[in-house]
Amino acid sequence: MEKRVVFRSAWLPYALVAPQIAITLVFFFWPAAQAVWYSFHLQDAFGLKIQFVGLQNYAKLFADPGYLASFKVTAVFSAAVAFSGIAISLLLATMADRVLRGALAYKTLLIWPYAVAPAIAGVLWAFLFAPSIGIVSFVLKRWGIDWNWIIEGDQAMLLIVIASVWKQISYNFLFFLAGLQSIPRSLIEAAAIDGAGPTRRFWTIVFPLLSPTTFFLLVVNIVFAFFETFGVIDATTQGGPGQSTNILVYKVYHDGVKAADLGGSSAQSVVLMAIVIALTVAQFRFIERKVQY
Amino acid sequence: MVENRPWVTFFSHAVLVLGVLTIAFPLYVTFIASTHTLEAIMQAPMPLLPGDRFVENFTQVLTAGSTKGSKAAAAQMLVNSLVMALVIPLGKTVISIISAFAIVYFRFPLRMFFFWMIFVTLMLPVEVRIIPTFKVISDLGMLNSYAGLTIPLIASATATFLFRQFFMTVPDELAEAARVDGAGPMRFFRDVLLPLSKTTMAALFVIQFIYGWNQYLWPLLITTDESMYTTVIGIKRMIVGGDAANEWNLIMATAMLAMLPPALVVVLMQKWFVKGLVETEK
Repeated sequence: MEKRVVFRSAWLPYALVAPQIAITLVFFFWPAAQAVWYSFHLQDAFGLKIQFVGLQNYAKLFADPGYLASFKVTAVFSAAVAFSGIAISLLLATMADRVLRGALAYKTLLIWPYAVAPAIAGVLWAFLFAPSIGIVSFVLKRWGIDWNWIIEGDQAMLLIVIASVWKQISYNFLFFLAGLQSIPRSLIEAAAIDGAGPTRRFWTIVFPLLSPTTFFLLVVNIVFAFFETFGVIDATTQGGPGQSTNILVYKVYHDGVKAADLGGSSAQSVVLMAIVIALTVAQFRFIERKVQY
Repeated sequence: MVENRPWVTFFSHAVLVLGVLTIAFPLYVTFIASTHTLEAIMQAPMPLLPGDRFVENFTQVLTAGSTKGSKAAAAQMLVNSLVMALVIPLGKTVISIISAFAIVYFRFPLRMFFFWMIFVTLMLPVEVRIIPTFKVISDLGMLNSYAGLTIPLIASATATFLFRQFFMTVPDELAEAARVDGAGPMRFFRDVLLPLSKTTMAALFVIQFIYGWNQYLWPLLITTDESMYTTVIGIKRMIVGGDAANEWNLIMATAMLAMLPPALVVVLMQKWFVKGLVETEK
């Protein structure tokens, strides 16, 4: 789609895009290019000499069991965050779409966690689940569950999943609610007249019609789990215990900033860039589908 | 409502109330913890009713921070967060609206090239270019400065798309009429497009306010000076060790302060917030 009416000027359009382009060049393209460059080089411990090593950094990366484990941790984590987040929000949105009384109040009370920073969400839940003083840990101990996420990898994973899902529910909820409200009432009514109960109507009409929203949210939630949960992890488990919550983004940060392994961290950055590109393409394809619906 | 089924309606309310309570529970416990002494919280189970230390705890964090961890005063951190939360949306709005204007209303060589350049930034989040970006900032001498905290984050593909999308819906007759009346492009931009874009700008502002306020990785990388910490970073720096070593009452008071402004923005400007959220994702 193009505009029929346009203005003419030899310099004005360049001046108008200049600030945006300058910032993208200096802070996006230049660093990204450097990440690619460093990923083919090896630096000595003092940062004095730098040497071209070809694909050695990548070969080392994919031979490193720690890196492959991090892939697995990321996959488990993002699948858990995406599926539980989507399921819980779909349930809440379906219920909120049904009720007449108090709909706005429910909506307001469900969307505020969107405003909480991931790192704070992590701190809040870490406090509730703190092994010796947390109120939830106390209840769990009463029930005979020995809770200590500082030592138990699975429990640490569960903690960061809960904190991330809690933060993301409001986002999913709003999109599901908008999706539900755009389903024509006549379809639901026709099914009701034919004798289909609420459960049957949900699975045969509502859920299929919501599938574009669900796919879209699946991609958004995976992106969220991959990148934006950095704060949750840094404020709580910091990748531990062991490597049990060391997702790819956290590993890039840890290896690059804390362990100062420039080549390895850059190679990881490049791999992550490839993942982001794939996810962005997926996101745009699903959005196109959504428009066609 | 299609039919009257009191039990189903009751069930819906029950699920919603349960959901609302579960979601609010961490907030409630945070508030309670911020009103007690550390000794009271350290007993298992901690009290579940408000204590009497509300004023003391909040005064302590606002003026002096924690005593064991970071000693940055929350008042200064709130100012820093506010600077990020206001400058980032303002900057994003300004540079995005003018670049969208150029891309939609002008034909010039490299137009699509610039458009794609802006688009590709979507695929380069800070997380994937941490170290080189840090180097660029330190080479430019922008560590520990407001410029460093805000400028690199104001480039925005989503905001540019949003304005481009909106400009496409503005009828061509308006631009034509402006041209016939002898108005130049900037006059048209100021007197016609800007007033029409108000709702889009408001929606974008609410979303980006929260984005700016909640930044984590970026300030973590480039602020080492306590006086430049944002509130979210400050909380992280107050956590010094295992659960018993932290001053949870003060951490939770700071957490309350960090959550309150963006939560108020979401709740009070709900209409703009929902509009912004749904539209920036298109």
